[in-house]
Amino acid sequence: MDKKVIVKLDHVKKCYGENCVVKELSMDIYEGEFLTMLGPSGCGKTTTLRMVAGFEEPTDGDIIVENVKVQDKEPFDREVNTVFQNYALFPHMTIFQNVAFGLSMKKVNKAEIKKRVTEMLELVQLSGYENRKPEQLSGGQKQRVAIARALINRPKVLLLDEPLGALDLKLRKQMQFELKRLQKKLGITFLYVTHDQEEALTMSDRIAIMNGGVLEQLASPEEIYEKPASKFVADFIGESNIFYGTTGKLFDDDNVEVTIESGEILTNKEGVSVEDEIVYVLVRPEKMQLSEKKIEGFTLVGAVKEHVYVGSIIKTIVLLSTGQEIKINKLTGEKLVPIDTQVYIYWNPKDSVVINSKDEELYEIIGSPDISTGNEKLNKKPYKIINNPGISTVAK
Amino acid sequence: MKKGKNKDLLSMITMIGPIGFWMILFVAIPLVYVFAISFMRKGIYGGVEFAFTVSNYLETLNPLYLQIFIGSLIMAAISTIVCLLIGYPFAYLISMKSQIKKNLLLMLVILPFLTNSLIRMYGWITLLRTEGIINKVLIYLHIINQPIQLIYNNFAVMLGLVYCLLPFMILPLYSSIEKLDMSLLEAASDLGAKSRKTFLKVTLPLTMPGIFAGSILVFIPALGLFFIADLLGGSKSMLIGNIIRNQFLTARNWPFGAALSMVLIFITLILVAVYKKAGGSMDDLV
Repeated sequence: MDKKVIVKLDHVKKCYGENCVVKELSMDIYEGEFLTMLGPSGCGKTTTLRMVAGFEEPTDGDIIVENVKVQDKEPFDREVNTVFQNYALFPHMTIFQNVAFGLSMKKVNKAEIKKRVTEMLELVQLSGYENRKPEQLSGGQKQRVAIARALINRPKVLLLDEPLGALDLKLRKQMQFELKRLQKKLGITFLYVTHDQEEALTMSDRIAIMNGGVLEQLASPEEIYEKPASKFVADFIGESNIFYGTTGKLFDDDNVEVTIESGEILTNKEGVSVEDEIVYVLVRPEKMQLSEKKIEGFTLVGAVKEHVYVGSIIKTIVLLSTGQEIKINKLTGEKLVPIDTQVYIYWNPKDSVVINSKDEELYEIIGSPDISTGNEKLNKKPYKIINNPGISTVAK
Repeated sequence: MKKGKNKDLLSMITMIGPIGFWMILFVAIPLVYVFAISFMRKGIYGGVEFAFTVSNYLETLNPLYLQIFIGSLIMAAISTIVCLLIGYPFAYLISMKSQIKKNLLLMLVILPFLTNSLIRMYGWITLLRTEGIINKVLIYLHIINQPIQLIYNNFAVMLGLVYCLLPFMILPLYSSIEKLDMSLLEAASDLGAKSRKTFLKVTLPLTMPGIFAGSILVFIPALGLFFIADLLGGSKSMLIGNIIRNQFLTARNWPFGAALSMVLIFITLILVAVYKKAGGSMDDLV
């Protein structure tokens, strides 16, 4: 990549005593991108942001902004600015004074301050509010002031800590759009923290999914949704049906058989290298198909349990004999299968994603008596590449 | 409907009644009484003669009393400033601690109240007098050769006032610093303000209500705590409280004492009015 790295996190660690909230995090943030850190609460995303801002000191590792290590610098010496979750506007100052604060600290002359504050307030559509106090503004307006106050310093990176969390849904959508517009217009790198996956998917150039202080995946929104790198990501982003099972023989040139608890399924061979490997197979609900006849390669059978109307789509829940519930999304208007009908479930094997199970998850599966195939994992057989020239391109 | 109204009235009387009665009996009536006799003449053998006069108020302008008034005001002002200088860092420190430590430290601030303040002043005498502990220790350590005069001067009175009134400064300061949103300090630092600037531009303005409240709670009693001046002060160390006490108990000139009291109350009201004007809340004073 020839994109310029503006912030580099190099094996950053943050521990409070024994408890490590960020574990060995390494990540490159490119100039001008909108990067979102997404994860459940307690995943270390806010702590990471606060370390970049300078409010927390990393226990270990380097934070590098434009090739300079900044982890020992005070916040006021860093060329990054923060938009706080609760806005943190100075209540005793007017909007003008709030926005001008950073510049007046830098001893910029009065005329220049006035010019830049006026410009900035125009940019966030708050012209005419200069002499109001923060308490006289609505939540959305306060948020804009907070953004203007941070942006006026022309930071290398703007850090946003769940800035829209306190706004109602409609305002949030509007502000998402506006933030994206501002970011494009100014070309400033945004490092955004949220736990709202929809917000992350709609705004970001790249998303960093964090869980338990670890970076699970860093990729574009499409890639995160289409090709999740771990079971956690698959679970966390969007809805998915996840099966675990053991890889079997090649079904044809492109696809592999997988034996799961409730039957046989097919998946594309990308990410699968050996037989008898325990893997997760992920299929999004909108890729799922139902059939009243058996489809070759699939032996998943279940009974239609219910249809749930959710506006533009209808969710069909199919109950497998093992008790697993399969979610299937259909566009409203498509023909529905009557409830209690026995159906075969299948999908186009190229629509499923194979995720290698991590070691700790493996033990979980082996330990579970439901998985009869679990103990065979020791004698893995590689695919016979000689017979099938197509397989030589298999990754991993 | 009518029954409900009666019930409301009854509950109002039972709830507000006792405290209302108390306040009328022990605050309102004495105040009116003092106000009334401040316009009367002193009786020949003490007591009050019923004749209207403003001479008591003119008498307060007598240079002798005016001097004591000004001296007392200066003493109170210095005590207030010293309390503020000691109290602010202390209150700030407490508010940064964990909840358990906060409670402990606040308890330590309030603890001296459990002992009668008169007794605590006798404690200071033991420490400060010529043969007192401080002098003895200093002589023993050869820091001084002769005892130094620590007591019966304005310094000792000021010390007593600061010691006695410090909690009244710390508590309102603490409550206003505690309310301070830490993210505001982070925001200031994030925007390029060093610690000193953050303090001057953000912390200080936002804790101003606490500073005002604490200052009033120290300044006003510092004008009137006569027993401190009696025990620790010399013959020249007099507070406004001392003159008032003397007029009532020694000189037996009640009308003049009453006039002096009214002047003191007036000064207090002006200060509270200034405080309110500056945006202070009455709740912080209580």
